[in-house]
Amino acid sequence: MHARKHAEGGSTSSTAAGPPSRADLGDARAVLEGPEINRALTRIAHEVLERTKGATDITLLGIPTRGVPLARRLAGRITQVEGRAIPWGSLDITMYRDDLRLAPARALGRTEIPAEGVDGRVVVLVDDVLFSGRSVRAALDALNDIGRPRAVQLATLVDRGHRQLPIRADYVGKNLPTSVRETVTVLVEELDGRDAVLLGPARPRAGRAGSAEEEES
Amino acid sequence: MRHLLSAGDLSRDEATLVLDTARELAQVSSRSVKKLPTLRGRTVVNLFYEDSTRTRISFEAAAKRMSADVINFSAKGSSVSKGESLKDTALTLQAMGADGVVIRHSASGAARRLAGWVDGAVLNAGDGTHEHPTQALLDAYTMRERMGRLEGLRVAIVGDIRHSRVARSNVLLLHTLGAEVTLVAPPTLLPVSVGTWPCAVSYDLDEVLPKSDVVMMLRVQAERMRAAFFPTAREYSRRYGLDRDRFARLHDDAIVMHPGPMIRGMEISAEVADSPRSTITEQVANGVSVRMAVLYLLLGGSESAIGNGN
Repeated sequence: MHARKHAEGGSTSSTAAGPPSRADLGDARAVLEGPEINRALTRIAHEVLERTKGATDITLLGIPTRGVPLARRLAGRITQVEGRAIPWGSLDITMYRDDLRLAPARALGRTEIPAEGVDGRVVVLVDDVLFSGRSVRAALDALNDIGRPRAVQLATLVDRGHRQLPIRADYVGKNLPTSVRETVTVLVEELDGRDAVLLGPARPRAGRAGSAEEEES
Repeated sequence: MRHLLSAGDLSRDEATLVLDTARELAQVSSRSVKKLPTLRGRTVVNLFYEDSTRTRISFEAAAKRMSADVINFSAKGSSVSKGESLKDTALTLQAMGADGVVIRHSASGAARRLAGWVDGAVLNAGDGTHEHPTQALLDAYTMRERMGRLEGLRVAIVGDIRHSRVARSNVLLLHTLGAEVTLVAPPTLLPVSVGTWPCAVSYDLDEVLPKSDVVMMLRVQAERMRAAFFPTAREYSRRYGLDRDRFARLHDDAIVMHPGPMIRGMEISAEVADSPRSTITEQVANGVSVRMAVLYLLLGGSESAIGNGN
């Protein structure tokens, strides 16, 4: 469904050998580099503080794979400003995806909920790319089985448009106008060795990448 | 749709995928909502021709935690007692649209026969004296959780190997995962083909114990015995039972396992069974997580992620 994002992000090889590499990027063009990503995350951290009036009861939950290091960094930046630890963790959505039956069963990502839990807290979901909105829908379902947050907000590094569900982000690193068939790939230092957002050329509709879109019409 | 018929069908990557998936799914048991929506709308039939407590309940709990619909079938009180064959029962299930069939049968090879008759995935939950792959997976999971690794782990499997499907599945799986298995039994309780298995064999428990990280005790399966395999239960127990004295000869980190049901005082003393180094109740809890993982990997996607080798 998410052309590039999950064609690789949640694929089968990720458990034993660590996260999949994103080496095969061909002629993709960088639209954001490290320093811009850093500035965007710093700005989001301040926006979170502002919107939640001091972030006293927030919990950041990254959506694997690349939402998790982003959540950790956001938590770090908020901590720098406020001088106290911000709980953060990860929330795997594999079991809640609506396209599970379109592909072979995938390996699961990690779910780690901080000790404070989510009941009564403001949970900020963190993802790398917001596209169809289906990952976020799955994340909301997953969250619902874990507890009852006071509110749920969404932060994303890139919003590439083409929503298929009534979902919007509260905090956006960069709005990136794309065509549906272009690919957006986020690289993070922790997993890929460098920070970048790459925009790849439109790909032919092969394999499963396009199946969800076809189903849509 | 593929099946899980033998522990030997799993490659190292597939087996590791099952264990890693089980580890994530174990978290579900500690949440307030102990359920995942993943297998909603899928039907799993528990087809049990042989008595079972642990395995049947474990598969039922696993399937229900994944939101599958579960139909329990036991041979007693069904048309089997009127003489219906396995094939006709299988065709009935087929007509009802079972996505997965969990089968326990007293005949070795029953699961593989069934796999040829139904479209759904077949999960072998024990076929005669042949195999019990999910038991081997939960044993490997328990060892990995307790010992932190499987590679190079020294595992002794002790007791009635000849009639044990657990022993065969464990030998195959543990070999795949890099552990070193030694089977310990009197010569009469070893299968004829044991020389071809990827493991060592010993008749002397006292010699093997100090060199083991894991000791797995097996029950003497009197119900499958049609001849005398040892003089008396007491003599068996004295030579092959794990009592306090033998337990003391294990190194301090070694663990004791038992697939159940156990006969206290026969192959294992009550004191050993209840020791903190015994994993017997952990094995039961882990069984649910491992079976959830297997059900997810077989039924959760468009095609199975494991067991495609058969």
